[in-house]
Amino acid sequence: MIRPDAPLLLEIRDLHARVEDQPILKGVNLTLRAGEIHAVMGRNGSGKSTLSKVLAGHPAYTVTAGSVTYRGADLLELDPEQRARIGLFLGFQYPVEIPGVSNLEFLRVATNARRAERGEDELDTFAFEDLVRERLKVVQMDPAFLERSVNEGFSGGEKKRNEILQMALLEPLVAILDETDSGLDIDALRIVADGVSQLAGPDNATLLITHYQRLLDLITPDYVHVMAAGRILRTGGKELALELERTGYDWVDQELANLEATGEREPVEVA
Amino acid sequence: MPAVALPATAEWLAALAGEPLPGRRQEDWRFTDLAALQAVAPQFWGGSDPLAHVVLPAGVTRLAGAEVPTLRDQTLQATGSAAAWTVRLNQGASPHGLALRVSGAAGPLQLQLDAGDGPGLLALQLLLVLEEGASLELLLHHSSRGANATSLVTLAQLARGARLNLGVLAAGDARASLLSHLAISQAPASELKLTTAVGGWGLSRLEPRVCQIEGAAQTRLRALQLVDGQELADTHSQVSFGGPEGELDQLHKVVADGAGRSVFNGAVRVPRQAQQTNAAQLSRSLLLSERARVDTKPELEIVADDVKCAHGATVSRLQQNELFYLQSRGIGADQASKLLLRGYCEEVLRELPAGAAACHPLQLLLPERP
Repeated sequence: MIRPDAPLLLEIRDLHARVEDQPILKGVNLTLRAGEIHAVMGRNGSGKSTLSKVLAGHPAYTVTAGSVTYRGADLLELDPEQRARIGLFLGFQYPVEIPGVSNLEFLRVATNARRAERGEDELDTFAFEDLVRERLKVVQMDPAFLERSVNEGFSGGEKKRNEILQMALLEPLVAILDETDSGLDIDALRIVADGVSQLAGPDNATLLITHYQRLLDLITPDYVHVMAAGRILRTGGKELALELERTGYDWVDQELANLEATGEREPVEVA
Repeated sequence: MPAVALPATAEWLAALAGEPLPGRRQEDWRFTDLAALQAVAPQFWGGSDPLAHVVLPAGVTRLAGAEVPTLRDQTLQATGSAAAWTVRLNQGASPHGLALRVSGAAGPLQLQLDAGDGPGLLALQLLLVLEEGASLELLLHHSSRGANATSLVTLAQLARGARLNLGVLAAGDARASLLSHLAISQAPASELKLTTAVGGWGLSRLEPRVCQIEGAAQTRLRALQLVDGQELADTHSQVSFGGPEGELDQLHKVVADGAGRSVFNGAVRVPRQAQQTNAAQLSRSLLLSERARVDTKPELEIVADDVKCAHGATVSRLQQNELFYLQSRGIGADQASKLLLRGYCEEVLRELPAGAAACHPLQLLLPERP
């Protein structure tokens, strides 16, 4: 839902970042307002996942230029845990397995960290169980998964559902979902997409990173951005994703070559 | 606190064992400094025998005294344990003994082996004879709060189809030593699960020796050893297969912090007659400090040609991707490290016999990291 007067949640300006000595992001500009759903598409290696990790504060990436403002504050100054506590969420492309750490305890500690930041009381074991059982319905997850170690032995679909469950518990204001649709069969995709749709509301914003139209058939984005060579090359409405599905990414190479030739860096508005 | 060796102790221990203290020149003791053991007063521990008033569950009876030496020698011979220095010391120290026969499905048993704060050497010997098809769950719970040494030799014979779930939970003291030798012989179709969790001792030395006499048995070894401060923990395990189709699944985990030192040597012997043995050994060490040291060594002697023997060893710090995942959910770096450390330990601790949970092993072994 696009409302020009909606509060600004995330503003990325000319963001440059590298991993080790390799520059990956080369001037990303992106603005997310409350209520909006954005999709970032692009080929492998275009910088989509790097963007998500930089926003979440992954220590392997270094920001070399630009700024990221989250609700008026400098996001890049904050530790990863602090970013999460104030409402930024990253759904991992490859959720990490942690043997020996109970999923239920992990979810409770994470939820309480977010609640404490919001000035809410911490939930004890019993109150948390009630909450988590209710939120399990968002992703139609079996309560048995709570008793297992974090993501250990989960199938691809179960891991992604566990990510959306965490999102349902943490109630982020900005949710970045990095290829949440990868490795899902059609039923799992529907459940995950349905969960994301339930959680998207007028007060939060969602950034979907994806390769494929099929996720966007289930979650309609307000904006679609095409990323290439570490920047956003084009921004449009949902029809841009459909066009990509039809024509592929070949035009991207041409446009990149033109950009290099002219030194143009600003994204091109279409439609 | 660095241990101060008492000159008389080494001589006293050597006299008990009938041979000098092992030294750095012996391959099996190369990394194992016995300073903590030599700092113990040269006397026997004076408390009351912890094995004297054990209440036995149904299915477990005491063996007649006359049977004990023969059964003991049989097991020592089968596992090649008779010459081990720790066993010689134990024998020479006239240990308090408990010898048990297990028939049918026996109830769980737990032995409290607390050396307390009294000085000296506490020597204990345990003999278990599991009859055909018998099963037992046994937890040995060691503890100490002072400058003493516990020497325990556990001997077990598993007849055909017998199942032993043996747990050792040992939370010690920086001034205390634990010398634990476990000699276990397995008949075909028997199952042994041995889970050891050891931490906080100035010196601990565990020597599990398992012999599948004719192969075709199952052995599952799970171990966790933690060192911090100036502590030293050493495990020398040895599993040998005397016949075909035996199985071994071994996981040895280490947490090394402070200036602690951890030693693991895992021997697996697969002679020509042990075809179709399936053995896997994994050693994982977590280094939490620049000053800690880990020595880990698989020692596979494989002569048979139709076998599966896998082994691996990793030494690492806390996994960055795991830490970041927890942090990205709002969990602070300190708390995330604690959660990961607990999880790392739990993977072994949850395999202890069920009765161990009531002892809160995690709190015992990681007392400063609630």
